[in-house]
Amino acid sequence: MDLMLELAIQGVQMAIVLTAAPLLLGFTRAVRARLLSRQGPPLLQPYRDLARLLRKEVVLAENASWLFRSAPYMVLAATWVAASVVPTFATGLYFSWTADLIAITALLGSARFFMALVAMDVGTSFGGIGASREMMFATLAEPAMLMIFFTVALVAGSTELSYVANFMLTHASLRVSLGLALFALIIVALAENARIPVDNPATHLELTMVHEAMVLEYSGRHLAVIELAAALKLLLYISLIVCIFFPWGIAPHGAGPIGYALGVFAYLSKATVAAVLMVLFETSIAKMRVFRVPEFLGVALMLGLLGILLRFMSRSF
Amino acid sequence: MALHLAQWCILALAFVAIGAVVAPSSPRTIRTFYAACAAISIVVLALAARHLLTQAPAETSRLPIGLPWIGARLRIDAISAFFQLIVNFGGFAASLYAIGYGVDEESPKRVLPFYAIFLAGMNLVLIADDAFTFLASWEFMSLSSWALVVSRHRDRENVQAGYVYLLMAAFGTFALLLVFGLLAGADGHYGFSAMRSASHASGLAGAAMVLALVATGSKAGLAPLHVWLPLAHPAAPSHVSALMSGVMTKVAIYGFVRIVFDLLGQPAWWWGLVVLAIGGATATLGVLYAMFERDLKRMLAYSTVENVGVVFVGLGLALAFKTNGMGSAAALAFTAAVFHALNHSLFKSLLFFGAGAVLHGTGERDIEKLGGLIHTMPQTAFVFLGGCLAISALPPLNGFASEWLLFQGILLSPDVPQWGLKLAIPAIGALLALAAALAGACFVRAYGVAFLGRPRSECASGAHEVDLFSRGAMFLLLAACVLTGILPGLVIDAAAPVTIAAVGESMPRQVSQSWLNIVPIAASRSSYNGLLVMAFIAFTTIVAVRAIHKFASDRLRRAPAWDCGFPNADPATQYTAASFAQPIGRVFGETVFRTREKVDMPAPGALRPARLVLSMRDPIWDAIYARIHGAVDYVSGRLNVLQFLTIRLYLSLVFAVLIALLLAVSIWT
Repeated sequence: MDLMLELAIQGVQMAIVLTAAPLLLGFTRAVRARLLSRQGPPLLQPYRDLARLLRKEVVLAENASWLFRSAPYMVLAATWVAASVVPTFATGLYFSWTADLIAITALLGSARFFMALVAMDVGTSFGGIGASREMMFATLAEPAMLMIFFTVALVAGSTELSYVANFMLTHASLRVSLGLALFALIIVALAENARIPVDNPATHLELTMVHEAMVLEYSGRHLAVIELAAALKLLLYISLIVCIFFPWGIAPHGAGPIGYALGVFAYLSKATVAAVLMVLFETSIAKMRVFRVPEFLGVALMLGLLGILLRFMSRSF
Repeated sequence: MALHLAQWCILALAFVAIGAVVAPSSPRTIRTFYAACAAISIVVLALAARHLLTQAPAETSRLPIGLPWIGARLRIDAISAFFQLIVNFGGFAASLYAIGYGVDEESPKRVLPFYAIFLAGMNLVLIADDAFTFLASWEFMSLSSWALVVSRHRDRENVQAGYVYLLMAAFGTFALLLVFGLLAGADGHYGFSAMRSASHASGLAGAAMVLALVATGSKAGLAPLHVWLPLAHPAAPSHVSALMSGVMTKVAIYGFVRIVFDLLGQPAWWWGLVVLAIGGATATLGVLYAMFERDLKRMLAYSTVENVGVVFVGLGLALAFKTNGMGSAAALAFTAAVFHALNHSLFKSLLFFGAGAVLHGTGERDIEKLGGLIHTMPQTAFVFLGGCLAISALPPLNGFASEWLLFQGILLSPDVPQWGLKLAIPAIGALLALAAALAGACFVRAYGVAFLGRPRSECASGAHEVDLFSRGAMFLLLAACVLTGILPGLVIDAAAPVTIAAVGESMPRQVSQSWLNIVPIAASRSSYNGLLVMAFIAFTTIVAVRAIHKFASDRLRRAPAWDCGFPNADPATQYTAASFAQPIGRVFGETVFRTREKVDMPAPGALRPARLVLSMRDPIWDAIYARIHGAVDYVSGRLNVLQFLTIRLYLSLVFAVLIALLLAVSIWT
């Protein structure tokens, strides 16, 4: 019986992240439009877009291989698995020990690996340019993310997110290393989700795009799956930041229905605040040139490394 | 029993070699001989596995061969058995692959005898128990692999590669000779058991450690002694490349483990620092070299350099922990190192087999001339993709499991008291993370350019799939990569006796953990479950596929590529490997390789073409080898005058040397 309950909670988590992801995207778009004094699309527009894409036929390039057709599902699966082990509304999820922070980084790496590969499958120059730039960003973003997680793990004494969240909840104190890690993680999150200033999710101007260039050849249901995975990734990063640095209100293991409901409420409100802050930042800054991005990400890497070094020097940082 | 049979197996390999020389070279006999090699490897593999799993005590024996007053001492313990596992699984897979692949060799008689001797030599290194046997079998291994490197001797490049390899191998063995000289002491105890029980002075042990690092590092490919490796490994036939890269480097790592962890006793703290620094530098540098390489096999060889660096980072961490008496942490780091060694032998052999298949199917090693192989060689493309995922450390495959363990080891290191280590280890961790990310980019590039896209040449469009045996060997290795990836606990438990022998402790038993988790220290610290990650991915994929196919339109139409409205039929408009690496070259290459891009843009209306010239320098070659080469050149130029003297001058020269020697001897005593 207990097992069933645990599995149910895990299932709820998986369902929540998947269904809430497009909503978050719609919310950011709506807020952004308001900030730019536009009316903007309705909140549920991303769901409509997905439904529209699902209804359309797939137009496949003539020399697309089996990898091209299966990769969207691989990307979605890897992102979804990573998102389902990040505690959102409750800690101590039944399968949380399956993958720790390092494994989450690597799962996102798998999703990126497949995405970059299939961008080169049809053999167009746009696919190649997207894949090449994405991997260049990744060579800095991924180590930066690992360094950030090392800092967090050294503070909390664990790489398990449930334990990290509990530690932050009970031993909360301001630490220099955690501040550096938070700043660096925000940079990485912006870069990994193809947000301004690294990439522009709304552009179709060829030379400025990275993520869009990789998915250029996709259409129909395949594109829908990829868009969903991208939305899920944004939610995942916001959940990560919220869970590690602002775990307030998260329901402990076995909290009961009311506790879980409160947890869901707390999570949604924190995610809303985070999304608003992200959009505020995005609207106040211009997109960078591609070769400025490595410097931007290099800052994140250095901050992460500094955080670890401080922890190695003294436990009080 | 195990040792006894292993000796017979090595003898049998020697007979295979003799037989291969004598027998006529028809495809049938070649197949038979490779099958014999495979059978012998599987016997040794089974023996080693039994020795390891039953945790049998060490066995020794003494053969009346070799030096008359010493004989040849042999021994099997847990360390030997674990590396026997790596060597013979790789040997089995390579022999299986060669049953199909080796037949098409242009001169099989130049390959097969040396191949068998090479296998025998590697096996003999692992069971040698005295310095003489160790050195002799080490040389057997080196020279037979040299003969394999120059087996296609009409190619000038191969001969040059062979020359560089021979030089470096001689240098390595010379360093190894000095190590054993230091360890044997004045009394000349050449047996390993005497070296193990003797107490070594700290300065002497330190010198021996550095020399051992140089000797085994030159064989394994540690920077800056790696220069021969990307020349020699690809020059050999592909199944031998796989053995050299996947397996022989592990024998070198075994040599380091045997000498430093087993024979030298308690390490000093700076040993760990030296090994860590060299390992970290090698890992990053190796993968950066690989990133800019356009020869598929040479790219794989550079990636071997990277992975050897990763293994040495693990060994360095283990040394650092061992010095400070942190037994469980040392066990974790050491397990990560040997686990990664095993994993690398699996996926690197797989990738070299794949490269061999590509070479066989297209006749081309240059990835810029390949493309679209996923259509013409679908099965090879599938297994090669698996190998790329494994080597890029992506879950749930095996490369990730060992890198995960290594990162856990790094997270344990703030407790190390020495400041040198405290400052170095985070930097090494960052280098390791960088190397892992770059490896991902490197293999996206290699796979994307060679297997995806459109064919860039006629040889790529006319490619054909390889034979059944070769494909079987590749699928076998892929299965091994998946299994060790989803059940890492089994490997960790199998490595427990090895860690006990090397660092005195072992990781907690993993198989008894719930859900087959792996838990290095405690569940509250960290855990990982490859099996569940695999199951989760499978589950979510199935859910997604089912849902999409239930609710979405399943109409599908083939059409020309979109490409923003301007698709171009010329395959030359695709991204090339060089253009893929260009952004990374701008980020990392400017400092490391001093890459320079020179754009020559003609004025509007001019008829000459625009040109982009990309120049790169190899920093290690420039800083070390070019200078040594220059010095040797200079000295030999100067000594040239001695060639043209008269007989009187020669005689007086001899007389002078004699006097000088006699004087030296009389003063010395």
